[in-house]
Amino acid sequence: MTMSEPTSEETVPVRLHVNGVTHDIVVPPRRLLSDALRHDIGLTGTHVGCEHGVCGACTILVDGAPSRACLMFAVGAQDVELTTVEGLTHEDGSLSPVQQAFKDCHGLQCGFCTPGFLTTIAAGIRDNPDPDREDARDMIAGNLCRCTGYQNIVASVLRAAEIQREEEAS
Amino acid sequence: MKPAPFTYRRPTSLTEALDLLAQEPEAKVLAGGQSLVPLLSMRLSSVPVLIDINGLPDLARVTVDDSGVRFGALVRHSDLLAHEGAAAAQPLLAAALRHVAHPTIRNRGTTVGSIVHADASGEMPMILRLADGTLTVASSRGRREIAARDLFVGPLETSLAADEIAVEAFVPALPAGSGVAFDEVARRHGDYALCGVGAVVALDGAGSVEHVRAGYVSVSETPAVVDLTECFPDGEMTARTLAAAGEMAVGQLDPESDIHGTADYRAQLARALTARVLKAAQDDARARAAQKVSS
Ligand SMILES: Cc1cc2nc3c(=O)[nH]c(=O)nc-3n(C[C@H](O)[C@H](O)[C@H](O)COP(=O)(O)OP(=O)(O)OC[C@H]3O[C@@H](n4cnc5c(N)ncnc54)[C@H](O)[C@@H]3O)c2cc1C
Ligand code: FES
Ligand code: FES
Repeated sequence: MTMSEPTSEETVPVRLHVNGVTHDIVVPPRRLLSDALRHDIGLTGTHVGCEHGVCGACTILVDGAPSRACLMFAVGAQDVELTTVEGLTHEDGSLSPVQQAFKDCHGLQCGFCTPGFLTTIAAGIRDNPDPDREDARDMIAGNLCRCTGYQNIVASVLRAAEIQREEEAS
Repeated sequence: MKPAPFTYRRPTSLTEALDLLAQEPEAKVLAGGQSLVPLLSMRLSSVPVLIDINGLPDLARVTVDDSGVRFGALVRHSDLLAHEGAAAAQPLLAAALRHVAHPTIRNRGTTVGSIVHADASGEMPMILRLADGTLTVASSRGRREIAARDLFVGPLETSLAADEIAVEAFVPALPAGSGVAFDEVARRHGDYALCGVGAVVALDGAGSVEHVRAGYVSVSETPAVVDLTECFPDGEMTARTLAAAGEMAVGQLDPESDIHGTADYRAQLARALTARVLKAAQDDARARAAQKVSS
């Protein structure tokens, strides 16, 4: 084989369940789940920052648990339910409590980190519907934001929990 | 960056996984992926074949009895941390797991994977050493148990053979009369520790210190455990004996400088944390003894 000859890489069929919809794609086994979501399925809400698990921008829910999409392979995610930021919106298209809270409290500036915060907090207030400030800080400690200084994100967590409680009461 | 190409296999039985590994000794096991995938993405490592063990639900079990806690290779940090029986039998587990990364990482990372990864900056390899645990490994040649003291042979290096898969770890229950504590200093909660210390302190019937062991994170090449009993000849923890214990421990450690802290600073953290954690472990032992008497 000469250098100029293209090397063919093995690809595998992969079936992903994302936000309640099934997607069939064909990708090399090394395709990161974050890239499969963005490039193969076209759900570009999941952002990619560091690609080694540190920044949290790619955080999605795997069977409901916040997980780094950049630390999973698409081929390994076939038997689980994936929820991306696109899947957080209510069925009628209205904003979910976390999304509304970020809007109310100015929880974002450039918005790059926001999808990862939204998924993380959505699971956070599901598991702890009445967080205090300390819980809120703890909830978001694994996600990095370069713009906000975090104060408004902490406020957004508390507000999101409040909206969620109101929604549940009504 | 992206990982280099590899072939992916997802066995549905342990036998199948072991056969695959026997045929391809260069293959690597994928558990939680929270250490392996970054290494592959940064191309610090590459593999011809990845054997994903996430299709082996038998490895996701935690069992607790009087002798201790047994957890399989697919038990996530978050599951072990939430396991009340495990925390009651060996409180060191939960005390240290709280400091392993952030909840999102703990949701996928496995405790056995962390032990096999053998990072001396990881909390759980040290805890296995400190609690005198064992790792059960399997290959197509059979099974064997490796004592923690024989497991960690170098930086990120264990005594597992290339064709062996770790199936479960065992951590003995806390003996009666003992107490534990763990604390660490990190730049941010959930980050790798600049220095972390765990301790087991045993008291005799009269409440006097009988036996003291401490384990250290991020200040040595392999997970370090030091017997500090001799620093407490008359069984009392005083400012003086605790300082002596810190000094003795630091003498056996070998902290390194990096961008986050100098070797001297890490040594100073080890001294300060030793005193704090040993005292807390003694308090814990006393509280447990009091609880036992009252119940
Ligand atoms: C942002 C971030 C922060 C982190 N912070 C911390 C921290 O503060 N403290 C800490 O301790 N850890 C930390 N970690 C690492 C985390 O705990 C990992 O989950 C853990 O070290 C590896 O477990 P894993 O299941 O993810 O293993 P993998 O990444 O799947 O595998 C790691 C290595 O072990 C091998 N392996 C795994 N399981 C087996 C098995 N059963 N048999 C044989 N070989 C096996 C793999 O082949 C690979 O070489 C952090 C990780 C990230 C991404
Ligand atoms: S892109 Fe996944 S954690 Fe940064
Ligand atoms: S809003 Fe810009 S990175 Fe967080």
